[in-house]
Amino acid sequence: MATHGLTDLPPSQRPYLTDPPVIAPGHTFASVTEKIMRTVLTGRTPLGWIGGVLLAFGIVNILMLAFGYLFWKGTGIWGVTQPVGWGFAIVNFVWWIGIGHAGTLISAILLLLKQSWRTSINRAAEAMTLFAVMCAGMFPLVHTGRPWLACYWLFPIPLTMGVWPQFRSPLIWDVFAVSTYFTVSLLFWFTGLIPDLATLRDHAKYRITKTIYGVLAMGWRGSARHWARYETAYLLLAGLSTPLVLSVHTVVSWDFAVSVIPGWHTTIFPPYFVAGAIYSGFAMVLTLMIPIRAAYGMKDFITMRHLQNMAKVMLATGLIVAYGYFMEAFMAWYSGNRFELYTFKNRAFGPMGYFYWFLITCNIALPQLLWLRGFRNSPVLLWIMSIIVNTGMWLERFVIVVTSLHRDFLPSSWGTYKATRWDYATYVGTLGFFTMMFLLFIRVLPMISIFEVRALLPQSRINSLAQENLQ
Amino acid sequence: MENRPEELVQIKASPKKPKLTLQEVRQRLSAASGKKYWRSLEELVDEPGFEELLENEFPAGAVEYQNDGVSRRNFMKLMGASMALAGMTACTRQPDEPIVPYVKQPEELIPGIPKFFATTMPFPTGAIPLLVKSNEFRPTKIEGNPQHPASHGATDVFAQASILDLYDPDRSQASSYRGEHRNWGDFHTAIDQYKVKAAASGGAGLRFLSETVTSPTLASQIQAVLKKFPAAKWYQWEPINRDSARASSQTLFGQYAEPVYKFEAANVVLSLDADFLSGSHFPGFVRYSRDFIARRKLNTDAPMNRLYVVESFSTTTGALSDNRLPMRASDIVPFAAILAGMLGGGSGAATQGISAEEQKFLEALAKDLKANPGASIVIAGDQQAPELHVLAAQINQALGNVGKTIVYSDTVELVPSDQPGGLRQLVGDMNAGKIDLLVILEGNPVYTAPVDLDFQTAMSKVATNIHLSCYRNETTRFSQWHIHGTHYLESWSDARAYDGTCSIVQPLIAPLYAGRTAHEIVALFSDNPDTTPYDALTGYWRQNGKTSGDFDSNFRKWLHDGLIPNTASAAKSLSPRGGASSVQPLDKNAIEVVFRPDPTIYDGRYTNNAWLQECPKPVLRLEWDNAAMMSLDTAATKGFNQEDIVRITVDGRTIEAPVMIVYGMPNNSITLHLGYGRAFAGRVGNGYGFNAYAIRSSKTPWIAKVDKIEKTGDTYKLAIVQNFTLIDAQGKKEYESRSVQGSEALRRDLIRVASYDEFKKNPHFAHDEYYLEDPKPHETLYTPYDYSKGYQWGMAIDMNSCVGCNACVIACQAENNSPVVGKEQVKIGRDMKWLRIDAYFTGDLHNPRAFFQPMLCQHCENAPCEPVCPVGATTHTPEGINMMVYNRCVGTRYCLNNCPYKVRRFNFLLFSDYETASLKPLRNPDVTVRSRGVMEKCTFCIQRINAARIQAEVEEVHLQQSDPNAKRTIRDGEVVTACQQACPTEAIVFGDINDANSRVAKAKGQPRNYGALTDINTRPRTTYIANVINPNMEIGDRTGAPGKSYITTGAES
Repeated sequence: MATHGLTDLPPSQRPYLTDPPVIAPGHTFASVTEKIMRTVLTGRTPLGWIGGVLLAFGIVNILMLAFGYLFWKGTGIWGVTQPVGWGFAIVNFVWWIGIGHAGTLISAILLLLKQSWRTSINRAAEAMTLFAVMCAGMFPLVHTGRPWLACYWLFPIPLTMGVWPQFRSPLIWDVFAVSTYFTVSLLFWFTGLIPDLATLRDHAKYRITKTIYGVLAMGWRGSARHWARYETAYLLLAGLSTPLVLSVHTVVSWDFAVSVIPGWHTTIFPPYFVAGAIYSGFAMVLTLMIPIRAAYGMKDFITMRHLQNMAKVMLATGLIVAYGYFMEAFMAWYSGNRFELYTFKNRAFGPMGYFYWFLITCNIALPQLLWLRGFRNSPVLLWIMSIIVNTGMWLERFVIVVTSLHRDFLPSSWGTYKATRWDYATYVGTLGFFTMMFLLFIRVLPMISIFEVRALLPQSRINSLAQENLQ
Repeated sequence: MENRPEELVQIKASPKKPKLTLQEVRQRLSAASGKKYWRSLEELVDEPGFEELLENEFPAGAVEYQNDGVSRRNFMKLMGASMALAGMTACTRQPDEPIVPYVKQPEELIPGIPKFFATTMPFPTGAIPLLVKSNEFRPTKIEGNPQHPASHGATDVFAQASILDLYDPDRSQASSYRGEHRNWGDFHTAIDQYKVKAAASGGAGLRFLSETVTSPTLASQIQAVLKKFPAAKWYQWEPINRDSARASSQTLFGQYAEPVYKFEAANVVLSLDADFLSGSHFPGFVRYSRDFIARRKLNTDAPMNRLYVVESFSTTTGALSDNRLPMRASDIVPFAAILAGMLGGGSGAATQGISAEEQKFLEALAKDLKANPGASIVIAGDQQAPELHVLAAQINQALGNVGKTIVYSDTVELVPSDQPGGLRQLVGDMNAGKIDLLVILEGNPVYTAPVDLDFQTAMSKVATNIHLSCYRNETTRFSQWHIHGTHYLESWSDARAYDGTCSIVQPLIAPLYAGRTAHEIVALFSDNPDTTPYDALTGYWRQNGKTSGDFDSNFRKWLHDGLIPNTASAAKSLSPRGGASSVQPLDKNAIEVVFRPDPTIYDGRYTNNAWLQECPKPVLRLEWDNAAMMSLDTAATKGFNQEDIVRITVDGRTIEAPVMIVYGMPNNSITLHLGYGRAFAGRVGNGYGFNAYAIRSSKTPWIAKVDKIEKTGDTYKLAIVQNFTLIDAQGKKEYESRSVQGSEALRRDLIRVASYDEFKKNPHFAHDEYYLEDPKPHETLYTPYDYSKGYQWGMAIDMNSCVGCNACVIACQAENNSPVVGKEQVKIGRDMKWLRIDAYFTGDLHNPRAFFQPMLCQHCENAPCEPVCPVGATTHTPEGINMMVYNRCVGTRYCLNNCPYKVRRFNFLLFSDYETASLKPLRNPDVTVRSRGVMEKCTFCIQRINAARIQAEVEEVHLQQSDPNAKRTIRDGEVVTACQQACPTEAIVFGDINDANSRVAKAKGQPRNYGALTDINTRPRTTYIANVINPNMEIGDRTGAPGKSYITTGAES
């Protein structure tokens, strides 16, 4: 349609014949630092943020109420019953942990793979991981019948009765996996924050702010020696975190795969769960990043390139998940196992069949739209897709947990599951908690890694991802 | 302390003190209660003679501590405790009425070691003989008495649950007159005054209304009173009163007589709507089920029997019958008349009006019966018309069964009568104002009497009503006097079993609330008003006992054994008269309603018993309610869905009840169970279910025609424990009338069944290649555990013997302190029973077969629940028991998820009742009461195993004092699990599988022995003995087992 040549247009309006830039052109070190720091070191907290935090805090109160009533009365306030002994609590646990994996993948694996476009999203993604793991970690504890004992008996401290936990149980492996994951993620994230904390310390106006950031920055001076040690430490931590991306959700999948229940007892779960985790994690990153980049004006740093890359990762992992579904169905038939076959038929056509078809729509059918370039190019559509994918991934865990349990070996024990308001309250409460933590993070810490984004600029002469400034 | 008793005698005795006796003390205190009691006690303390009395009563104790004389304070301290225990009752010592323990009688009571006492539970169809376990002098568990021929040691649901009634917090604890508290002395005075007034007229205004009296002592007491007051009358009334059977025996024999069956001698049994295999609502059930099943265990040379059932409901009897015909209750009499014609008894009736299917059934049935002369039994159901009983008796006579498989003898009640007629007469007299004193001994006629008689209004026309009962129920509200009664576990009495054998009811504990028995009330009207029940009892048997020798030693023996010999009813040689019987036929399209005793609530007497309310009804698996039960087609034709509330109109009266679709019921027949819909039952029973008595009139007490039935538009949720919904309902032809659960159960090899012929040809049918293969035990990477040493506990359950009566379910609940969770929780699926009886319907759901599979923890050697517990709360003992460590469990519920049998139960909320004081003594002290957040499941009654082990080890120590190499191992039969002990048909066998001579090892050695889900390599210690059925193939088999060509017609591939 355009009649004049492409180079006649100003840079910001040129339709790119190649991928969009990783960082919008025209930035300098100072402008990058300034822009990102401004969200933290500002006297004026945006009204929207205050509103958001208050709303999220209100929801956190619902969470506290839900937990309080849970401890007071017992897990019977939820919909769990015989035979469906696990319900929303475990579904949410797996969902939250899955979400966390994207952050670690972006931070660690993409670092090791030298994908420097990760730099503008890794801080927020890693924060998302931490908060997601916090939300996830609440569930295995509170869903037990006696959480006041579970909170220390599941750890290998032979305090009472001189007994260790039972190490053959996947739930103990979960304890190790999730606590390791949280610890390593926290260290990794914090290590990555140090140079930026130092930046904040240097630019802070008030003494108290300077002191707090100063303490946290641990005396960073930005000297060459510091940087050298820093890079080594960062790479080591990335190396530690990388296997966690695969192992943590594998261990979580073993909660199901190690059991005998048809629908659970399948070897495809580890890779299938990991793929699903990355799938939902990237979706959550998109869910968070798209509104934030718009609200905080970070479109220069979190560009269409990032969104498109994340969309492509989502599509790829979505296809792996689709493969997983297909293999389950195929194996149910190929195995000739009566129980497997019935479980699959029941999952798709039984009384809870509509969850399954809703799941297929959200996880497989609709995400195929991501093949379309136009779709990938629209932040609004991507955001909607990310919500759909997250819904689909929640449904996947629900279908796995509940439909496998509600009709298993003995037909006489077939039952049903109906979530109660406390199930919903707890789930919504964790969403509120997550939102509140994330909003707090945005306010007090730089949501984008300042020094890493600066490394993208041509001035840094480190890599050539940045567009030459075409005038 | 060096103080010697003599030196301490410094009681300042003032001279010439008036001497107090214990009797006076009692009198002073008996009138007082509560604060008044304590005040009188205090006054007594000041009384000069009291110290001396104390000293004489408790010499050593009272004096030892008093080195400064009896001070008031020290006295109160010492005596306070024991006086407090005496509490509301006057501080009486128990009179000398020795009760005699049964088997284990240690020289002194060792706390923790229970004693067993023989007693009997009186029941209107015949008493159930019991041994009751007593822990520290309170009853905690009910077992059967193995010596008694009426039960051979088994029990039924009612007996097992009756102990909860003893401790029911809703029991009436005090007597009253017009709502004000009165004591026995007041009542005594009132009756004395009445007796004087009534003597002139010979007691013309005096009436006694009791339930069916099976106690010889009580019957003789009442008859003595009637002799004293010749114009008085005594009526017996129960809502489930066997009036059809009684009326028919008058028609047949001109006298009251009752058939007693000998099932072990029968090759063919025909049940005409007679549910003799599901509970004690059928007289003699406990014994009959054992005898009947003995011919189906296939462990003797006797051939397998065959059961034909023609019924109007889905009962367990019909479910496990070999051939079954669902038929409306109103149509069964014409059917039987045709059969009688074919067999030569009765007069021939025209064979029109029956379908081809029924014709085929009749012909094959008649042929089979004729082929087994003198070895068959035909039984008519109690809720049927008397004409059916007449026909059944005539058929039995024609087949030559009388004297061989059936004998006629005396009725179980001492004074048989026409109960409905009697009640009608009584109500007539009441309404006419002729009655000035009506003594109602137990029962609840306001609730249970036929609605057209309007007993409530009649009571208002009586000058004074006296109601003896354990609860303040519907009838109590309209009575002036209420005397709180005793439970049988706190009373002296006697009772007859179904065959007439008498046993003594001996108390296990002093009456908890000082209640009174019917004996004492009746005695008040006699010449010796202060006769205690014990004296009445011994007085009666002194005169009427048919044993020679010294009475006292005989009496001790009777108490010890739990039965009185030579009291079984003698056979009468009677032959039934001929003659035609017919009933008014019911139009084909008309709907009938049939009233039946509820399998767990009976007639309403157990409405407040939480165990029975939560006990799933056999086959239906419904809890906490009754419903309007009808067939698939009837509901579909009328457009009813399950749980729709419908209004049923019978003779102008209506009842609203929810619809429940029951497979196998005939069309156009609705069954309503009696006993629900009460408002004055107590905290447990109020408000559940629907009162069927509201449409039950005296004209049609059992089968009535429904004038109208329509939807009300409301729905009512029913708590059905097993989810019977069909997938693929109407529309998908393949599943239209099949139960997915049942088909799946067969496909998953949970149920393995063959016909008798096939079994004879192929005894190993349960392990055919057709079935999933069990993995070989050593196909594993790990070193398998060596289970060849020591005791290895295992259980075998004979599927062919299980009649689905639920006695084991309640026995397990009683033994293991399992909580009741209430209807709302049951609906969600949180039932807490460790043992359940799964019912699987197979074949066409219009007339299916049902298989019953008791399911409990299988104690798998390779338990899936063990490795997944994060804290190791469930582990395995070296003896093969899967243990549950309650105090370690944190409640992650992974074990519940991973158990393929779903036998684990989780305390999602605090289900156990920690607060109600009266329930605390009920609990078994050897089993933990679980709190919230803890998993539980069957433990193979490990408390009983350990008790036997302790006993064996103690004895071994004693033996080794003389012979160092002596060994005393636990013998087979010493450990009996609660479920095994309760089962009437001995379906459950438990023991040491390493002992080759044990019953369980032999049972497991049978070729029919198989495990459930063994293909997933759980290696369960609980195995099942496969079903063998014996259908008459001329009629066909209704099992519908897929893929089994030798067993069915029309099997799906």
